[in-house]
Amino acid sequence: MARLTLEEVVVPLRSFSLRLNLEVRSTFALVGPSGAGKTTVLRAVAGLVRPQSGRIRSDDDVWFDSDRGTALPPDQRPVGLVFQDYALFPHMTVRQNVEYSRHHKADEYLKRFSIRHLEGAHPGDLSGGERQRVALARALARDPDVLLLDEPLSALDAHTKADVRTELQRLLAGLGIPVLLVTHDFEDAAALADQVGVIVEGELRQTGTPGELVAHPTDPFVASFTGANLLNGHAESSGDTTSVRLADGTVITTVGAGVGDVVLAVYPWDITVSTAPPNDSAMNLITGPVGSIAELGNRVRITVGAVTAEITADSLHRLDLRLGQTAFASFKATGTRIVANGKPASYSSS
Amino acid sequence: MKRAAVTFLFIGMAVVTLAFLALPVVAIFTHTSPGRLLDQLSNPVVKDAFEVSLKTSVLAQAAIVLFGTPTAYLLASSRFPGHSLAVTLVELPLVLPPAVAGVGLLVAFGHVGLLGSSLDALGISIPFTQTAVTVAVAYVASPLYIRQGIAAFEATDPNLTAASRTLGASPLRTFFRIVLPLARGGLMAGLALSFARGLGEFGATIMFAGSLQHVTQTLPLAIYAEFDQNFNAMLAMSGVLVVISVVLLLGLRIGLTWQGSHSKRSLFLFGPSVSG
Repeated sequence: MARLTLEEVVVPLRSFSLRLNLEVRSTFALVGPSGAGKTTVLRAVAGLVRPQSGRIRSDDDVWFDSDRGTALPPDQRPVGLVFQDYALFPHMTVRQNVEYSRHHKADEYLKRFSIRHLEGAHPGDLSGGERQRVALARALARDPDVLLLDEPLSALDAHTKADVRTELQRLLAGLGIPVLLVTHDFEDAAALADQVGVIVEGELRQTGTPGELVAHPTDPFVASFTGANLLNGHAESSGDTTSVRLADGTVITTVGAGVGDVVLAVYPWDITVSTAPPNDSAMNLITGPVGSIAELGNRVRITVGAVTAEITADSLHRLDLRLGQTAFASFKATGTRIVANGKPASYSSS
Repeated sequence: MKRAAVTFLFIGMAVVTLAFLALPVVAIFTHTSPGRLLDQLSNPVVKDAFEVSLKTSVLAQAAIVLFGTPTAYLLASSRFPGHSLAVTLVELPLVLPPAVAGVGLLVAFGHVGLLGSSLDALGISIPFTQTAVTVAVAYVASPLYIRQGIAAFEATDPNLTAASRTLGASPLRTFFRIVLPLARGGLMAGLALSFARGLGEFGATIMFAGSLQHVTQTLPLAIYAEFDQNFNAMLAMSGVLVVISVVLLLGLRIGLTWQGSHSKRSLFLFGPSVSG
């Protein structure tokens, strides 16, 4: 497969600079909070933003090289860019949109994306999912070497999102060109991409497979971004394990090593919620009132004191929990990781 | 009780306002019988004035569209040193007294003017010709088109032009396929306003082109000339201008509504509001 390479790309933004080295072979997701410079990366690759310095190549085709003074205009870079709001031309029909790139392949793409029945409609008359299919068809009808997706799922309502995500997953897997997508949602990134890079204030914090990022987050931001609870405390080593005393006096036992002020990561799915303290004294225990209950399909995210746990909807009904009621959140020492050692962390989950 | 009184007061004031605005227009058509007005349309003075107005207006508006459209796009899509100065320059004729505009044109393009000797050398003489009428109309009416054009271009989504470029379209193709169609409603509205303003042009024209029947005498100039000559001819020409103004105003409303809902393709003569 072809390869998209960004080397030492620097784009000054308002309050920080984007600095990036990136190699995209299959599907790469840049995840990060809004304002991290994700969209700028896509615009730089497409030629809509001119970096201050660096090189951008697709295989051996140089699209941008500040040293050589090369900067191809957007129309000369074979990229397909799908905008966050899709940017369909409102005065053209679906067919005219797909045909726009002058490759007379409209029929093939209308068929492939199951939008032939919509060919005479205007974008204003389409649903979010349909618009996305038109935008993808339009971008791919150009026969690009690289596909760029800007927040491909954010313009969709929760109901359509799940379907479209599955659809998109299938499409990207069979595309055979490098795909660079950006999203603020780690779950979307994990679902769509083989490689995920967490970007904060223009810099990559960590790159890996979604599984690697969840299992071994190297910094608190990555941990919180992948969905972990972060607990600040003070570590005291005691033999094989480390005891971390939280601000409220609760002591958490962890298998990681740490000294001084540390940040602990605990994943919601590693936490068990109960209405009575568990018998197992080896478990870590956090006691507190139920702060919020959010149902996500058959899963429920429930906040107990300082942590959020993820349990099944069935468990919630069995426990019959109410807001404000005191509950117990328990988790094993092996379910915790020290993600920041010896420094106070001021990161917050997004 | 008090609320009802306020409501009546407002309605009463609105009625007075509307009557005040409608009365002169109605009077033009009721002062003399319609038959006599129609007879006047074959009066040579009226015919000549109509012809001069039409010819100079069409030429002036064509020039305004040709030069004003790229100017408006440039001013809307880029920021450069002197941008505000350029916009001010574009808007200046709007607030400049027309007579002053006429004087300006005279000392710029006249025989003793700034460019006079160069034009003389080329054998071109502008003042007191039909070209002078066209120049005066273009000068005075252009801000209405260009201002509306800037607003229309600024309202087009920059992501759409970006999308066009990433789909392989050159800047020129993008302009003609995306930018221009999306701004069309606003541009048409601007053209309607500019046309109406140009048609009513009086001050700058009489200063720079004079009022010579069949050559430079436009409808407004002829109306003034016929004031103490042929009252019915004056009324007939006024009637013609009223009709044209109403048609242009309707066109303007359609244009603006169109721009607001180009995805829907439906034309409402009177949309909920007209915003510039």
